[in-house]
Amino acid sequence: MKNKSLISINDFSREETMQVLDRAMEFEKMPTRKILENFVVATLFFEPSTRTRLSFESAVNRLGGKVIGFTDSASSSVKKGESLKDTIKTVCNYSDLIVMRHPREGSARFASEVASVPVINAGDGANQHPTQCLLDLYSIRKTQQRLDNLHITFIGDLKYGRTVHSLVIAMCNFNTTFHLVSPVELKLPSSVKMHIKEKNLEYHQYTEMTDAVPKADIIYMTRIQKERFSDPMEYEKVKNSYILSRNMLSDIKPNMRVLHPLPRVNEISEDVDDMPQAYYFEQALNGVYVRQALLAGILGV
Amino acid sequence: MNKDPRKELKVSAIENGTVIDHIPAHSIFQVVRILNLEKYESQILIGMNLDSHKYGKKGILKISNKFFRNEEINKIALAAPTATMIVIRDFQIVEKRNVEIPGEVIRIVKCFNPNCITNHENIITRFRVIDKQELKLQCAYCEKITAKNNMVFI
Repeated sequence: MKNKSLISINDFSREETMQVLDRAMEFEKMPTRKILENFVVATLFFEPSTRTRLSFESAVNRLGGKVIGFTDSASSSVKKGESLKDTIKTVCNYSDLIVMRHPREGSARFASEVASVPVINAGDGANQHPTQCLLDLYSIRKTQQRLDNLHITFIGDLKYGRTVHSLVIAMCNFNTTFHLVSPVELKLPSSVKMHIKEKNLEYHQYTEMTDAVPKADIIYMTRIQKERFSDPMEYEKVKNSYILSRNMLSDIKPNMRVLHPLPRVNEISEDVDDMPQAYYFEQALNGVYVRQALLAGILGV
Repeated sequence: MNKDPRKELKVSAIENGTVIDHIPAHSIFQVVRILNLEKYESQILIGMNLDSHKYGKKGILKISNKFFRNEEINKIALAAPTATMIVIRDFQIVEKRNVEIPGEVIRIVKCFNPNCITNHENIITRFRVIDKQELKLQCAYCEKITAKNNMVFI
């Protein structure tokens, strides 16, 4: 893993993924360790993402490293018309590792090809967001004590949600049974379903939540965005059918936990928040430990 | 085939070089571009809209004193999957084979995803061929799949 870039969740083997998750457990027990004191990490956010950036910067700071970078492209040389290649080449001179968020798909892979230091993709357009995927895996393993043979119910926008795509692909390595709940317009794309089929795994598709909730070990909720619909009437029709509320969680498995990549709008009612099944806020906290483990692994300390 | 083949030819024969036959009529200039023949200095004969038993109309290229490596000639398979390559030495056919779709496609095709970084920065496109029958190319950058129906050549 040392000096390796992480662009897509498929870049890591099952062993490397498990290595990160195991290391993250150690950081959870003791988050503050000065092991990156001699390192500079660049966080290049060509589009704003407060949550992801703060999580990375918190991870670097807890390890004693220094952070340089910018928080959106308006405050960088991109505004002057500099190419991505030139920005990356320049930043390589100043840092030991680059964390990058960029609105264009494929930008992170390109950056890793021109960079002389490893690159961590913190989201490239609608394509990949592998550290979110790692923290989802960590949260699943932590709440279920395993990753193998689970039933996972994905609800909401399965078409455009990149966190859903990455997690489905990653969970294909663990003999998962998939329950996919979405409006017809927002079904899981065939390019992602292809991975499920390749591994001959069981999957079921639903347009209503009712049948898929009792089977779940994990419910992974996502937000349905109005702008995804070409016909606003269609949105109005479905917008209230994919909301998880307390009364829907009466018939569930005892080990079931609800995950959500956040930010949430209204797709999980607030009356779920204080139920023991609600795990989405702890899930976000796990992101710091996973990113610490990843930074330490890639920088070889 | 015992007759002198030169007598039947609509495009003159070449002494040494490569003939690329059975090119779809509309793709001939694409093939010229993919093989970078615009800059080639020796004689090239181009036949367009010739009658073909198999395909109705076809194109043909005869390139003097030029011999292609396999990976070079296979680049044209995306634009001209039906093409055959014939190697000529001293007016005789010494090799004949169909072009094959390569495992990787570099530079020739544009990624169909408008938000792909390759459509916004000066980047050479690169694709993994994930389905040779249906012709599906997965972008090495944005990971989206460009298929036959939305394929644009650079």
